[in-house]
Amino acid sequence: MSTTTIAGHSVNVNDEGFMTEYDEWNEDLGRELASMIGIDELTAEHWEAINFLRGDFAERSETPTLRRVTKVGGIPTKQLFVLFPKKPAKKMAYVAGLPKPKGCV
Amino acid sequence: MRQLLVLGAGTAGTIAVNKLRRRLPDDEWTITVVDSKPEHHYQPGYLFIPFGTYQPDEVIKPKAQLITNGVDLIIGEVDVVKPDESIVVLVDGAELSYDQLIIATGTHPRLDQTEGLDSRHYGETIHDFYTLDGATRLAEVLDGWKGGRLVVNIVEMPIKCPVAALEFMFLADAFFKERGIRDKVELTYVTPLDGAFTKPLAAGYLGDMLDRRQIALETDFMTMEADGDRKMLVSYDEREIPYDLLVTVPVNMGADFVDRSGLGDELNHVEVDRHTFLSDGHDNIFALGDAANLPTSKAGSVAHFAVDVFVDNFVQHIKGLPMTGSFDGHANCFIETGNGKGMLIDFNYDVEPLPGKYPLPGIGPFSLLKETPANHWGKRGFKWTYWNVLLPGRHLPFGPDMSTKGKRMQEMASS
Ligand SMILES: Cc1cc2nc3c(=O)[nH]c(=O)nc-3n(C[C@H](O)[C@H](O)[C@H](O)COP(=O)(O)OP(=O)(O)OC[C@H]3O[C@@H](n4cnc5c(N)ncnc54)[C@H](O)[C@@H]3O)c2cc1C
Repeated sequence: MSTTTIAGHSVNVNDEGFMTEYDEWNEDLGRELASMIGIDELTAEHWEAINFLRGDFAERSETPTLRRVTKVGGIPTKQLFVLFPKKPAKKMAYVAGLPKPKGCV
Repeated sequence: MRQLLVLGAGTAGTIAVNKLRRRLPDDEWTITVVDSKPEHHYQPGYLFIPFGTYQPDEVIKPKAQLITNGVDLIIGEVDVVKPDESIVVLVDGAELSYDQLIIATGTHPRLDQTEGLDSRHYGETIHDFYTLDGATRLAEVLDGWKGGRLVVNIVEMPIKCPVAALEFMFLADAFFKERGIRDKVELTYVTPLDGAFTKPLAAGYLGDMLDRRQIALETDFMTMEADGDRKMLVSYDEREIPYDLLVTVPVNMGADFVDRSGLGDELNHVEVDRHTFLSDGHDNIFALGDAANLPTSKAGSVAHFAVDVFVDNFVQHIKGLPMTGSFDGHANCFIETGNGKGMLIDFNYDVEPLPGKYPLPGIGPFSLLKETPANHWGKRGFKWTYWNVLLPGRHLPFGPDMSTKGKRMQEMASS
């Protein structure tokens, strides 16, 4: 755990750079985090996914899996791969300021 | 009379009813268990069937034989649970009421969840070994196979026995060597994870073991479809892996009635407290074994440790007392590695697999995270233990809580 400065805010992150405090996140930070992983513009579709992730986390204290974003959030998996290329589960969590999804056991 | 109803007479359901019958007075509690199939399968045995080591009839016993006297077994398929009325409805329309309900209907491979798996190519160039029929068919095919590209893929986590696909790879390597055709076979292991396994230290060991056997590892591969006509496995990020034989571990899902009853998550696993297995929001519904959405491995060994904790808790719960036992997620998996050797890993919710000895610190006889003949015999001996000790609910010489004694803890920090 350490702190770092993103978009002028001091925030807590883990050793892979995932934010660790739910309440430290805001939309500006989201945009900044996205650009750090090569997503230069967050469209309405990106926000739909991010908002689902944050809402679901608030209810269940756990970063939702891709399947959950698809089934409960209603965004097709294929689309998530377009929005957050290659590793959507991790990238979405990163941008939304949530813990990295647990590798399943 | 109060009624305990158990759904599913697999590993967890069978151990639970056999143990609980000894703990619940006959004149106070009836125990009924419902299962859609009359036969119990020793699923860990499926792994050995494709290579001809076990025959199908060695892994089957009638459920009626495995359930103790004083427990009623009903063969029937569950259609829905109505938690508000404390009623379970079977597909044939029968209604069963309960005071306490245990859901132990497991998790099952679902070819239908992935494009192209459930196609005319299934049983020809696409196979699975997570069902007895699939494993049996694969044995026929492997027996006559002359070589080519054999690809094993895990579609999505979690799956039951998450090490089984790796074991399949190690056994395949040994099998083809023994047949003298290893040089004609290309082996590739495809996983959605970012390494060979979920736990970092074990992933390192297992990854090296793949390397040494010249088994290619393809990580972060989220399978979108198997294109059977082109014999190509395709990921969502448009990578393609060609195969001649695909052995797939399909998406594993809990029973559909869990979803219909409003008790499940997106994979139909019952949402429960991870220490007591009490269902979220229902004071008289528990889920045991693979059916529950616990953040630990789905395995028979876990089910067995979990039921140990559960039984004492349950006796407190029905007396209106708080449940004092707390399950720690203890999992213990023998990993068959080929050539008469095996490996063992032991972990829980908080501590990843570490090297050391098990169950007796410093002595063993089993070695953790290390390939030894003793571990192989541990795995092979597990079948006997399963039928004769685990399912009847007899005591094993080691308890449910994981121990860190005899483990080399310092390796964790450096991993
Ligand atoms: C290939 C393979 C290898 C494995 N190797 C190992 C190993 O080495 N070690 C280990 O510990 N574990 C291993 N496992 C995992 C182990 O078999 C399971 O984790 C264990 O059986 C789980 O027990 P359970 O009671 O939760 O589910 P199950 O034993 O699967 O029982 C579920 C029961 O519910 C019934 N059922 C389902 N739906 C319904 C319905 N709608 N109505 C009525 N009944 C229903 C089924 O018929 C079944 O009898 C392996 C599994 C596989 C597939």
